[in-house]
Amino acid sequence: MSQPTPFSSILLVFGASLVGSVGAAFLKSGAEHLHRDLRSLLTNWRLAAGVVFFLASSILYLKGIKKGELTVLYPMVSLGYVWTLVWSRLFFGEPFTRAKLTGVGVILCGIVLLAMGNR
Amino acid sequence: MQTVPLVQRNPALARNIALGLVLICTFVGAAAQILMKTGTQGTAPDGALQLFLYIFRSPRLFAGYALYGLSTVLLTVALKYGELSLIYPVIALTYVWVTALSVFVFGETLNPFKVVGLCTVIFGVGILGRASRK
Repeated sequence: MSQPTPFSSILLVFGASLVGSVGAAFLKSGAEHLHRDLRSLLTNWRLAAGVVFFLASSILYLKGIKKGELTVLYPMVSLGYVWTLVWSRLFFGEPFTRAKLTGVGVILCGIVLLAMGNR
Repeated sequence: MQTVPLVQRNPALARNIALGLVLICTFVGAAAQILMKTGTQGTAPDGALQLFLYIFRSPRLFAGYALYGLSTVLLTVALKYGELSLIYPVIALTYVWVTALSVFVFGETLNPFKVVGLCTVIFGVGILGRASRK
């Protein structure tokens, strides 16, 4: 399992984190357009886009983790939380706060530790 | 005249709904991952179409993907009530439940890295949970 991680794998998993975070932003936008009727669900292209981005993200991830060390690749997916902070501010006007940055930073550290423990 | 929804009059209620839903979403997501892990042991095919067909022949894999879908639905509803930047990182709790379940289901051993990692993720999520109270 100690083969070096190819750059292509890192790129794929990095892409997966980015695509997944865009999916989350579409889900949020779709959720805001969701009301208590079937029509707002069935004609909700934002939700559909979110699901497509999520699927694309998991395909990129599965391709990425075929080669290389999970210790490196596994925590990279959680970079998506960082991108999501950016989309939240850009598209939904949610401010960056110290608590959010700290929380996401601490979570990232925890996931790196978990991945090290799974080696 | 339209009535103002209860959750708009009561931000604390909206916050609790959002946090509660995303919490359930992480439980469901963890169960999905465990099912996918037990459903694919060693024999997952390569191509996208083959994998798609394979899902329908493996009940565990099928259940795993179905639960994954359910967790996405729960996340979407949670996002209706809460901030994306607060709700989305809480999904990291899925890692915590998967690690804990792996100990019980697959007999994987815990080590100091895993234990500290679990506590650190929970602590980080706690910071976000507190932040949502403002």
